[in-house]
Amino acid sequence: MTKITPQDQKLDVAPPYNAVARHGVSPQPSHDEIARFDFLANFNKFLSGALGPGNKQAYDKRVLPGFEKEHGREPQDRFEIRHAMNEDPFHTFWSALKRNSMEMRQQNGRAMVLRQIDELNAKARQFNEGRDTLELHPEIDVPRYQSAVDIHCMPGSYHGEELAGDISAGANYDCGIFATTAGGLGALSDGGGQALVEWIKKERPGWEPRRVLDIGTTVGHNIVPLALAFPNCEFIAIDTAAPILRYAHARAQSLGATNIKFIQANAEDLSRWDDGAFDWVQTTMFLHETSGKALPKIITEGYRVLADNGLMLHLEQPEYSDAMPLFEQFLRDWDAFNNNEPFWSSMHALDMKTVMTDAGFDREELFESGVRAVVDREIFLEAPTGEDEDHGRAAYWHAYGAWKNADQMQEAAE
Amino acid sequence: MTDTPFDWMAAANKKAKGKRPEYFDDPEDERMLSILMAVVGEVSVLRERMDTVERLLDAKGTISRDDIESYAPDKQAAYERGAMIREYIYRVMRGPHQMVQELEQVEPPVEEISQELKEI
Repeated sequence: MTKITPQDQKLDVAPPYNAVARHGVSPQPSHDEIARFDFLANFNKFLSGALGPGNKQAYDKRVLPGFEKEHGREPQDRFEIRHAMNEDPFHTFWSALKRNSMEMRQQNGRAMVLRQIDELNAKARQFNEGRDTLELHPEIDVPRYQSAVDIHCMPGSYHGEELAGDISAGANYDCGIFATTAGGLGALSDGGGQALVEWIKKERPGWEPRRVLDIGTTVGHNIVPLALAFPNCEFIAIDTAAPILRYAHARAQSLGATNIKFIQANAEDLSRWDDGAFDWVQTTMFLHETSGKALPKIITEGYRVLADNGLMLHLEQPEYSDAMPLFEQFLRDWDAFNNNEPFWSSMHALDMKTVMTDAGFDREELFESGVRAVVDREIFLEAPTGEDEDHGRAAYWHAYGAWKNADQMQEAAE
Repeated sequence: MTDTPFDWMAAANKKAKGKRPEYFDDPEDERMLSILMAVVGEVSVLRERMDTVERLLDAKGTISRDDIESYAPDKQAAYERGAMIREYIYRVMRGPHQMVQELEQVEPPVEEISQELKEI
């Protein structure tokens, strides 16, 4: 029998779902559930790598010339490009395939989680019951920006429950990230958090924050690595959704991150914490899931609770600056309109530097940086950037940060 | 609370809140593609299962269902299976993939070529 598989290991294939690490509340996948995610991980690579470049071809060869003929000018913004591209047969077919991939990921993840939901809930209870590191407050409303649509086409969003008190929202969110990013975030999907650890150790060697606030923690992917790296620091991780916090707390405890307190709270109102209560205020891929009025409130509250010499850091996808070509802005906007991320487009058009100075920072205190996911490269290939990038999903982020009053503090010390 | 048992299969199919975009002129095409893509995925699952069975039989000569469920490929096998899925995807996605090539190279209708050949 001849082998049809090349031996040189040069093909860009997704790592197997078996490489996903298990923790205390991981769903146990069957053989075929693993195979479903294996298919989706590779299919997503095909959509971005092999088919994705067709969008630019369609735009350059027929959509743009057609637009110019009709309007006598180039498109003025990404929205005009989107409306024109939505009439193009290649782009619509590509979008339909991609939307189906997202929907399949949700169905596949939910089927795996929900068939074993009783076992998962029981495991979570073992980590959650009687612990003062999980604080739920049913009076916290789900904000409109979280309830208007189910974000990422995730049925029930972060706050949905199939059975009272369950953790299905968190378990489903956690298990499928591997398929959506083709393993780009690593075995625990925590490549963002690992990157934060690496970044801060290089940026401020020897710094020991006393207290860190993680806003919009979701399942705690990005805060657990920090909590493990700073075992003597107290971490407060907040989110508005109880189901996701139940899962996050159990997950963190099972991974040994016992220094994180998960609290149901809305970051627009941090009044339970005093001014200057934290040395570090962090958000990771969260601000695009808020709203036009909530975002500046969150940054302002974050500024208030941040201590002098403290760090505020936000990891996001890159903003749509004037320097970014309109076509790239349009591609990066795909998730906004096709994967239920309704604030994504407006958020990435915001000038974060202005938002942060409005909140109280001096412009000189602000910095920007690029942060790439830190994962085990033996198993996980680096996520492509550039033409083959899965825009909006690449494991590479833009960091907006500031050290509060760091200059004044230094001057006072001198 | 009701006594109705929780139907996880139905619950797994819950629709996400938020109106679904329309990609095609005919709504039936949306449904047909969703069924087709689910089948495309399930065929890939069957192929992977078959590959697991073959590898286990190669290694042990006889296997149980537990062996299949607990199978984890080593690095080489994982790569080969990834390449197998990739090859399968390229095969079933030939149509859309060729759309990209059509965009790269716009070609005249064969009827035009036919006319041309008559004259040369």
